[in-house]
Amino acid sequence: MSLFEMRGSFIENLPKIYGIYTGGFVVFILLMAVLEQMGLGADTIGILFVGFTIFIYALIGWLSRTMQVDAYYVAGRQVPAVFNGMATAADWMSGASFVAMAGGIYASGHAYLAFVVGWTGGYVLVAVLMAPYLRKFGCYTVPDFIGTRYGGNLARFCAVVVLVVASFTYVTAQINATGTIASRALHVPFEVGVWFGLLGILLCSMLGGMRAVTWTQVAQYIVLIVAYLVPVIWMSNKQGFGIIPQFVYGDAVAKIAELEALHKVGELLPVEKIAGMSALTVKHAFADGSALKAWQFVTLVACMMLGTASLPHILMRYFTTPSVRDARTSVAWSLFFIFLLYFTAPALATFTKLQVLDPSLATSVIGKPLAQVMALDWVRQWSSVDFLRVVDANKDGIVQINEFFMRDDIVVLATPEIAGLPYVISGLVAAGGMAAAMSTADGLLLAIANALSHDLYYKMIDPKAETARRLIVARVLLVVIGVAGSAVASMRLTGILGAVAWAFDFACSGLFFPLVLGVWWKRANRPGAIAGMVVGLGAGSWYLYMVYAGGMVPWIGLDHLRFGIVGMAASLIAMVVVTLLTPPPDAETQAMVDEVRIPKGRAILAATH
Amino acid sequence: MSIDASDRERHWARTRALMIVHMVIWFIFSFVVHWFASYLNQFSVFDFPLGFYMAAQGSLIVFVVQLFVFVWQQDRIDRECGMAEED
Repeated sequence: MSLFEMRGSFIENLPKIYGIYTGGFVVFILLMAVLEQMGLGADTIGILFVGFTIFIYALIGWLSRTMQVDAYYVAGRQVPAVFNGMATAADWMSGASFVAMAGGIYASGHAYLAFVVGWTGGYVLVAVLMAPYLRKFGCYTVPDFIGTRYGGNLARFCAVVVLVVASFTYVTAQINATGTIASRALHVPFEVGVWFGLLGILLCSMLGGMRAVTWTQVAQYIVLIVAYLVPVIWMSNKQGFGIIPQFVYGDAVAKIAELEALHKVGELLPVEKIAGMSALTVKHAFADGSALKAWQFVTLVACMMLGTASLPHILMRYFTTPSVRDARTSVAWSLFFIFLLYFTAPALATFTKLQVLDPSLATSVIGKPLAQVMALDWVRQWSSVDFLRVVDANKDGIVQINEFFMRDDIVVLATPEIAGLPYVISGLVAAGGMAAAMSTADGLLLAIANALSHDLYYKMIDPKAETARRLIVARVLLVVIGVAGSAVASMRLTGILGAVAWAFDFACSGLFFPLVLGVWWKRANRPGAIAGMVVGLGAGSWYLYMVYAGGMVPWIGLDHLRFGIVGMAASLIAMVVVTLLTPPPDAETQAMVDEVRIPKGRAILAATH
Repeated sequence: MSIDASDRERHWARTRALMIVHMVIWFIFSFVVHWFASYLNQFSVFDFPLGFYMAAQGSLIVFVVQLFVFVWQQDRIDRECGMAEED
């Protein structure tokens, strides 16, 4: 018997179900802690953490299996706002947010905070400009909106292309992250870890589509937020910053500024380069006052924000709420749940830096004798897997700031050990990272497979296909795309963060203006939208190629992470000019836009289509 | 379905005005504040340098609060103009 046969009561019982789930997870953590005390090995704990959580997600996925179109594509449009907020937060926070963000702030200080601002503020655009209107539209996918608003298969096809380019770039990075974490927790080679990760991802999404992904993402959010907050709160408590460190780490920032002067951060530069690792060269809170640096900060913020508002796997989460009002409320909850992690990341980076710099702490490194540093447990452990390196360049037997190299992602992964926490916390962090990467990969794979099955197959190739056939096509595509993504991921072409930033740039280059203007500019028409998508994606891709591989000098500091600025500018100009040169949309389309703008009344598209 | 055209217009005018207000707030806390981060760093708030604080926490709090206020305001506009969904 399926859990979902009592559907009404299932939704009413959600707080209870997830309450029990959270309680069960806490009991599991305590059990692991007890077993650790009884002598269970660190490796076994890691395997149990990752294995147990994936088993739970797969179970939820299996219980949520469905053969109904609206359940498969939009979870039956019955996900309450708060739960959809949690699911979106898990959908949103990827391996990069979980593993790489705090490390990035550790290494680059203020400049890296552009990602923190960019990956939160975008939700203001989602709530104000997009989500409620797309929900009123009643579409299954983002190209569904483009195709119906502007009319015609060509517009729909262009939207599918942009979606696939952006989401596929993103999903390879996520599968890469699941592979990295799985390989470390389960002690298998990276190439095996990638396929294992894919198996977990498909188990969550294949049988139940959006419905299964929704309920596993809520479960994954709970795991990842617990896994992120517990070590930070524990560590700050140990350092005397209390149990809500996020609000009081100002002292730590001030202390770091003093220590940075003492250790000559920014003056002593490394004499050699080590691939993938860096020594500290930038002061923590320092903001470069030059116009170029300020410009680079705000352009990165802009690309990430407008990209947020164009990424289909995020927008489609708001198609699952019962009403337009719930869609709007749900965006606010999404941002709240995301905020819990994002305002903790800078605190984590700050505490870790203090641990490394402060000579009064036993775990610190800088300014200490080389022999003493090499005897530290965490330094030994992480240098053995080549995540950090100490090089006594000037042979004085003391570790200087320019002689200590780390990989960025060590900050989250090694925090428990740096602060001397029990291994059970490291297992928890591995499970959290896995949840973050899997949930995002799930959402992305589903976005791609749904666009191909609904928009390309059903709407363009075979409009008479029966429900069962449509859903089988959707599932086959899910597997095919997952396999393709894993194959690309196992080649390790780009770093995780680079690929993630590119996905945002692709999405905003091609989709931002056609989506926004589709609601807010009634005059916008089909040729304009097509021009906007084609020129935007084309110009953005061309610029990326020229800057990244073609050897072109970036225009005014717009490097490969910021190519969305070029793409969006081209997209806006092309869309406005072409729209104004061609006749306005017909009266029927204009009436449709009027209907989209008010919450009242029926959706534009039928409940099942 | 017949909805009075003037009601629609009133609703959309208010919705658009609300959108502009929130876009201005968003613009200030997304871009303007961070453009002047170096200048703001000479002030301090809760012991943080202000420029760093705004990027690490300040702007984020503004966005979260802003969204809950926006939801409440837009909902009121929908209700007062008779454009809200039936419960």
